[in-house]
Amino acid sequence: MSIEKKQSPFLEVKNLTVHYTSEGKKIHAVNDVSLSLNRGETLGLVGETGAGKTTIAKSILRILPEPPAHVDQGEILLEGKDLLPLPNDEMRKIRGKRISMIFQDPMTALNPVMRIGRQIAEGIQLHEKISKKEAEEKAKKMLEMVGIPASRYKEYPHQFSGGMKQRVVIAMALSCSPDLLLADEPTTALDVTIQAQVLDIIKNLQQKMNTSMIMITHDLGIVAEVCDQVAVVYAGEIVESGSKEEIFDHPTHPYTVGLFGSLPDIHSEVERLSPIAGMPPDPSNLPEGCAFSPRCPYATRECRQGKVKLASLGGTHMCRCIRNMKGEGEQHG
Amino acid sequence: MAKTLIEVKHLKKYFPTPKGMLHAVDDVTFSIGEGQTMGVVGESGCGKSTLGRTLIHLYESTDGQILFKGKDITHVGKRKLHELRKEMQIIFQDPFASLNPRMTVQETIMEPLELAGYHKSKLMDKTEEIMDMVGIDERLRHSYPHELDGGRRQRVGIGRALALDPAFVVCDEPVSALDVSIQAQVLNLLQDLQAKSGVTYMFVTHDLSVVKHISDYICVMYLGQLVETTTSRELFAHPVHPYTKALLSAIPSVDIHHKRERILLQGEIVSPVEPKPGCRFAARCPYATKQCQEPQQLREIGKEHFVSCCRAEEIGG
Repeated sequence: MSIEKKQSPFLEVKNLTVHYTSEGKKIHAVNDVSLSLNRGETLGLVGETGAGKTTIAKSILRILPEPPAHVDQGEILLEGKDLLPLPNDEMRKIRGKRISMIFQDPMTALNPVMRIGRQIAEGIQLHEKISKKEAEEKAKKMLEMVGIPASRYKEYPHQFSGGMKQRVVIAMALSCSPDLLLADEPTTALDVTIQAQVLDIIKNLQQKMNTSMIMITHDLGIVAEVCDQVAVVYAGEIVESGSKEEIFDHPTHPYTVGLFGSLPDIHSEVERLSPIAGMPPDPSNLPEGCAFSPRCPYATRECRQGKVKLASLGGTHMCRCIRNMKGEGEQHG
Repeated sequence: MAKTLIEVKHLKKYFPTPKGMLHAVDDVTFSIGEGQTMGVVGESGCGKSTLGRTLIHLYESTDGQILFKGKDITHVGKRKLHELRKEMQIIFQDPFASLNPRMTVQETIMEPLELAGYHKSKLMDKTEEIMDMVGIDERLRHSYPHELDGGRRQRVGIGRALALDPAFVVCDEPVSALDVSIQAQVLNLLQDLQAKSGVTYMFVTHDLSVVKHISDYICVMYLGQLVETTTSRELFAHPVHPYTKALLSAIPSVDIHHKRERILLQGEIVSPVEPKPGCRFAARCPYATKQCQEPQQLREIGKEHFVSCCRAEEIGG
């Protein structure tokens, strides 16, 4: 599904490294992450709690709380322009306009004492030179686009169900037709039938507006439904990336394989799951060498000596595992 | 089906609210065989947790009957309930909220044993045995819940529930708060323990992949009503109720080459407070007709396959 284009990618993250400081300890949240995304494409960032997925998204939007967070190095190029050194007022023009984010929990993303219509119109007024009246009209249109009658414009968040609140958050995020949408577990708080509705709305709107999207999720099923590209994140590192077909048909990194083995699937009959042994590592005390090696069934002494590089497996498929190095391993940071 | 362990007849649980009675569980009938796992699925607010809790007397039922090992336990006194608790236990969703933060792992697991009158000399040995059984390392015996990660905390919750070797355990979303890799470890543990002790589970969850994996039989609930119940295999192969069909089609699957027809529901969920008689799913159902406003009966439409839909035969599996 990946569209081969010769031009430089729409979004490029290069060597991003972020740490948090907590109780005097340095927590390595994102370690040398690079990724790229073409216009109109969707990248799935997959990984477990604490893998650093949300930190990556927040770094792109520059909404990390600093301190405790600190960006050690890296570039975030939006159409070739680095966002990290931008002054705050310029960044504010990008936030909500060119890049917007759908947060995981709609209950905390909405202001409980502000009418929902106003919350949508507020963002529109901020970025577009239009009157309050026009912003209101546009906000109503956005509400209808996500399947909420415009007559509910003046209601408060508590009058909405969880699924409807999340649709309000989506309407907000899409109200200024952003070029890039960061969706952080947008359906995790929702029931499956509502989740299907919400994913459908996001996909349709994305196609209509040719928006690029980064979908953060721990659910491989959602990745299969909506993503073109996949990056698997473990302990702040990308351990495997490629097109959806490459990752789903040929999962290669032992962690990715483990994730698939842990998952009960509707379409298969497995008597027993094959979980990954052990626990994710403590990010303030990452193991030497490959971060997955303590849980990896194939780990050898070599894995624990020095960082493992991402190596190409052909096509766009990249994997960070010494078992798959074929000599021509691409240089990556 | 195996010998019946627990049987529920026309069970109702209503909660009073300022706007009237909330019908959390409304006229639910089913039974679970010894050593089997009954999965109960449905979306948030469908009454699946209330059903589990009513069964083990954490809530008193409003109406209906609960039979355990053939005896009516719908209304029991305090002393009888104390006895019953040894046989019926529950594992909660959030192991952080359900474990006492001021009790160590050892104290948590020991408490039910003490209450059941275990002799002091045997307490230690039994506690060690349980910790070993649920896979908690010996060195963690003096740890407090906040020092453990989610997976280990849930193992403590499982250990506490299974300490007295109960016949029946309600597992209320026991893996929902856990990451997938840890979730698989805990699911395997629950299955192993069942294989060893023959315990009967009622597995309450909103995750259909999990419920399919672990259950022998499944009940599908919608707003307090039981809409369909059959074997796990039959339910996934031939779902009949329109809600079950929509629910199954909504699950995102990791199979990227298998395009499925998705049934997208329209409309919003109706309120379970003083609901109208008739099918509660009708407001969102693509097959709804006038007939659906009449109360629906759970009917057997195939071997061990019960559906509560007046149009079941037309819609088919």
